[in-house]
Amino acid sequence: MKLDTSGLESAAPVWGAPSELVDGFSAAPSFEVPNTTDFDGFQKEAIQMVKPAKGTTTLAFIFKEGVMVAADSRASMGGYISSQSVKKIIEINPYMLGTMAGGAADCQFWHRNLGIKCRLHELANKRRISVTGASKLLANILYSYRGMGLSVGTMIAGWDETGPGLYYVDSEGGRLKGMRFSVGSGSPYAYGVLDNGYRYDMSVEEAAELARRSIYHATFRDGASGGVASVYYVGPNGWKKLTGDDVGELHYKYYPVMPSTVEQEMVEVAGA
Amino acid sequence: MPKQQANWSPYDNNGGSCVAVAGADYCVIAADTRMSTGYIILTRDYSKICKLADKCVMASSGFQADVKALQKHLAARHLIYQHQHSKQMSCPAMAQLLSNTLYYKRFFPYYSFNVLGGLDNEGKGCVFTYDAVGSYEKVGYSSQGSGSTLIMPFLDNQLKSPSPLLLPVQDAVTPLAEAEAVDLVKTVFASASERDIYTGDKLEIVVINADGIRREYMDLRKD
Repeated sequence: MKLDTSGLESAAPVWGAPSELVDGFSAAPSFEVPNTTDFDGFQKEAIQMVKPAKGTTTLAFIFKEGVMVAADSRASMGGYISSQSVKKIIEINPYMLGTMAGGAADCQFWHRNLGIKCRLHELANKRRISVTGASKLLANILYSYRGMGLSVGTMIAGWDETGPGLYYVDSEGGRLKGMRFSVGSGSPYAYGVLDNGYRYDMSVEEAAELARRSIYHATFRDGASGGVASVYYVGPNGWKKLTGDDVGELHYKYYPVMPSTVEQEMVEVAGA
Repeated sequence: MPKQQANWSPYDNNGGSCVAVAGADYCVIAADTRMSTGYIILTRDYSKICKLADKCVMASSGFQADVKALQKHLAARHLIYQHQHSKQMSCPAMAQLLSNTLYYKRFFPYYSFNVLGGLDNEGKGCVFTYDAVGSYEKVGYSSQGSGSTLIMPFLDNQLKSPSPLLLPVQDAVTPLAEAEAVDLVKTVFASASERDIYTGDKLEIVVINADGIRREYMDLRKD
C-alpha cells in the first residue's frame, strides 16, 4: 500500500526554477527508515524512547444543540508526569476539532496535516469539507501506516452542512461514526458518568456540565489522567472553548469540605 | 540457529540536563557542560546550547551526535528562510520547524530532548518543550535530560504558574525578575549535581533579553 507522504512535502516551494536553488529539502519526500533486519524490534525499542502518552481521558458526544468535546491535560511517561498542561483538544479549523490520545507527537503532527488537507479541499472545491470527509482522510493516512507503530486514538468532531458530526479514528485503521465516544485510560470512568447523565435534548450548559463531570470523575480514579479539564462546544458557527478548570479545584467544588462536629477534643495538660 | 539480537545500537545517551525559564521580557536557558557515556566522562567542557536565531536558543540533552545533526539541519533551514524572507525566524516559527524536523524522523528518531527558549514577536519570554519525536508545547519553564526528574518538581514548587488551558486565560510567564531567575537556575543545577551523576562540572547560562544575548558560567561539582 503506497504510504501517504503528503505530510512531508515542503511548505513553500523555492522561487523560480528549482534547478538553481536546489535545497535538498524539496527532493522526493520520504520518511527515513533505519536499515535493520529487524524493523519491528527496532521500532519497539524506539517507542520506549517516546513512550506514547496513552494515559488520558477524552470524550465527545452529539446532542440537540451540537457537539460537546472535553479532555484532561495530563501527559505521563511511565510513572512520571511529564506535563499537566497538554492541549489534547486540537483546533483543526474554526469548525472542526480533534482530540488527542496515544502518542502526542503523532496526534499533533497528523491533526495539523489534516488541517492543511481540509484547507486545500476548501480551496480546490470552493466549499468546506464535511466531517465525514475529514475523518476519512485521516483514517486513510493512519491505515497506510498501520503496523509501523503510530499510536493515535482520536475523535473528529465538527459541524458541517448535514449538521453535527462525530467520528472515532484510530491508528489501527478503525473509523466509527457515533453519538458518544470516550477514549483513553480514563474512558471507562468517563463512560459511566456520561452514559448515566446523557439525554439528547440537553441545553448547552447542561451538556457542558455533564462533560466536565465525566472528565473530573475519570481524573479522580485514573492516575494517568489529571490537570485541567477543558470543555469545547461545536455549534453551527464553529467551535468555542467554554471552560477550563483545574480538576483539583473541581473536586472541592463538587464535594466541599463540611466542618464536622467534634467528638472528642484534646486538651492541654498542665505541666506535672 | 536461534534468532540473534542486534548487539549494536545506533544510539547512546551522553547525559546532562537542560533548563529554560521564561520571564516577562527575558528568557534564561541553561545546561551543564558534562558529556558522558556510561560511567565515563568524555569531557567536562561541552556546550549543549545552540543559538538558532537572533532571539531563539535551543538546549538539548540526549545523544549529542543526533543533537549536532539536528542543530546543523535547523541552522541550514534558518539560512534558507533568511534568504527567502530577508529576516530572522521568530521563536514560535522556529519552534514549529523543530517539531516538524523531529517528526520527519518519526521512524528513526533523533535521540534528542530539547528545550527552546527565546523572545516572541512582542518581546515576551517564551519556552517550548519537546519530546524526542516532536510533540511540543509552549510553557513558562521546563527541564529535560537526566536531571529533569529532580529539577522539575523544584521548578514547579517555585514557578508553578496557572495552566494556559484555564479559562479565563492567565499568564504563564514567571513574575520573577531576570536576576532572580538566573539565581534560581544556578540553585537548581547545584542541587541536581548533588544527586544526578550525569550532571555537573560547569553550568552554562544564556540570557536573552531586549539588549541581546549574554552568556555566563558557573562551576558545579566535578565528582
